[in-house]
Amino acid sequence: MTFRQLQRRFLLYMVVVVIALWVLVPLALIALAAFTPRLELYQWPRPVLPSGFSTATMSFFLRSYGTLTSLRNSALVALLTLGMTLAVGAPAGYAVARYVFRGREAFRIGILMTRMFPTSLLAIPLIVTFIRWQLYDTLIGVAFIHTAMALPFAVLITSGIFSGVPKELEEAAMTLGCSRLGAFVRVALPLALPGLAAAAMFTFVISWNEVFASAILTVRNRTLPAQVLTSLEVAPLDFRFAGGFFMIIPALIFMALARRYLFQMWGGAISER
Amino acid sequence: MPRTPALRSLASEKALPYWLILPTIAYVAVFFLVPVVQALLLAFRTQDGQWTTRFLVRMVQDIQFVSALRFTLLLLAIIVPLQLVTALFIALLVNTRFRGSRTFLYICAIPLGISDLAAGLIWFSLFTQHGYINSFLYGLGIIERPIFFLSAQNTGWVLGSIVLAEHWRATAIVLVILVAGLQMISRDYLEAAEVFGARSWQRLWHVTLPLLKPSLQSALIIRTILALQMFAVVVAMGGRMVPVLAGEAYYWYYLYRNTNVASAYALLLMVISALLAWGYLRFLRPREVRP
Repeated sequence: MTFRQLQRRFLLYMVVVVIALWVLVPLALIALAAFTPRLELYQWPRPVLPSGFSTATMSFFLRSYGTLTSLRNSALVALLTLGMTLAVGAPAGYAVARYVFRGREAFRIGILMTRMFPTSLLAIPLIVTFIRWQLYDTLIGVAFIHTAMALPFAVLITSGIFSGVPKELEEAAMTLGCSRLGAFVRVALPLALPGLAAAAMFTFVISWNEVFASAILTVRNRTLPAQVLTSLEVAPLDFRFAGGFFMIIPALIFMALARRYLFQMWGGAISER
Repeated sequence: MPRTPALRSLASEKALPYWLILPTIAYVAVFFLVPVVQALLLAFRTQDGQWTTRFLVRMVQDIQFVSALRFTLLLLAIIVPLQLVTALFIALLVNTRFRGSRTFLYICAIPLGISDLAAGLIWFSLFTQHGYINSFLYGLGIIERPIFFLSAQNTGWVLGSIVLAEHWRATAIVLVILVAGLQMISRDYLEAAEVFGARSWQRLWHVTLPLLKPSLQSALIIRTILALQMFAVVVAMGGRMVPVLAGEAYYWYYLYRNTNVASAYALLLMVISALLAWGYLRFLRPREVRP
């Protein structure tokens, strides 16, 4: 390796490390804040590194009024969303992956377009509709709009996953006596399972993270982000830091598990090359 | 291939794909069309069914309206180009496939999983009065007293903090779209260009970027529309000091319980989104790549 190449490589890794730190340092700092002794957060001058490790901030957050309930609500809404999204979207993903049919391209582009629609804003007119349908301030109501948000992504990811399962395997199973459904359940489904799990995790994260619609469509049955958002005006610093830290943990875990499928979710352009 | 009964049934399943996409179409129809129609009714009709522009007028004349519109468009104009350039830079860096580039890509994609509210709170912990940035500057001996980054007197600082937080949070979306696009570009084109003696920046300008145009277009549309809805980051960092349109829609319902004006805001945002998306599709149309 020449000196020039060495120099370039050094420069490359310098840039890479700086960018990685830009992403990682704020995460480390909020974790640090969440475990800093409560009173130290208000001191001036405040040392960057806390004097000791304390769980008081976190337990204050978890014991605050409404936190645990909203946590449970968030988990329930996310699970409902996950179930509905996959039940509605996965068949469509399978159809796009397996069949050539009239209107497939139109359907695909339609899905890409809905992915771009500012769906969370629909929460506002939905207030009136939901009151009429008795869905206002219910967890299932929030899950309905979260499903509308997650659906295009679910269709895109699942169609990517089923495209990766060779059609020939299902056909072989059918020649060996499986029914159409049997071939799907016994052959395609097991092979697609890891990908479907990833799709499920992304759906969960979309719902878990959503703030705007949840805050608008609930009053007493708040999800965690809605609960944190509506307490911001009165919340002390430690509540906010602990809340911020707490919200990102499940998201980070799922992202780490499902990272390989990120590109199916966001790839795909409207205009053809 | 011999046509067994099972295979014939697969071939005759003409209707099946339509049955499979039907639930999605029905769901989208109900959960997109119903609220859009409802939004129109709320924004343009009174309780007793009279058509009116009263709510629209009320929105436009509200003291926060002009500044919300201005701040939203300003943030959009700063953040979107900045993110596009950063994401393109990182995507091209990843595409050189240096050792460790996969790990690097995943680290850069982490913020994709973080909610806008959490991101706002993270950056609030940095910029607040006794936050990390002030502590750090004090530690270096640069300041004696904390700087009030997030106060109504310093809209510039608040705006800058929001830009940083949004840049940190949402560049990953653009990045992932661009990386997915770069992966689809066949290496053959680049190798051909190299054979004909194109330098690396010429290959970038004349081969990679034109082929990446569809992905750039998608990324721009998605990012612009998401930036128009910017809400929780702004609220977490600045409350209503820097008003934005989505925030006003929220406050008109949350504080004033006025679904009519809130709907007018929602419609306005949808119209701006549609116009910008149309503009991107119309004016950034990928040219035919001639061989």
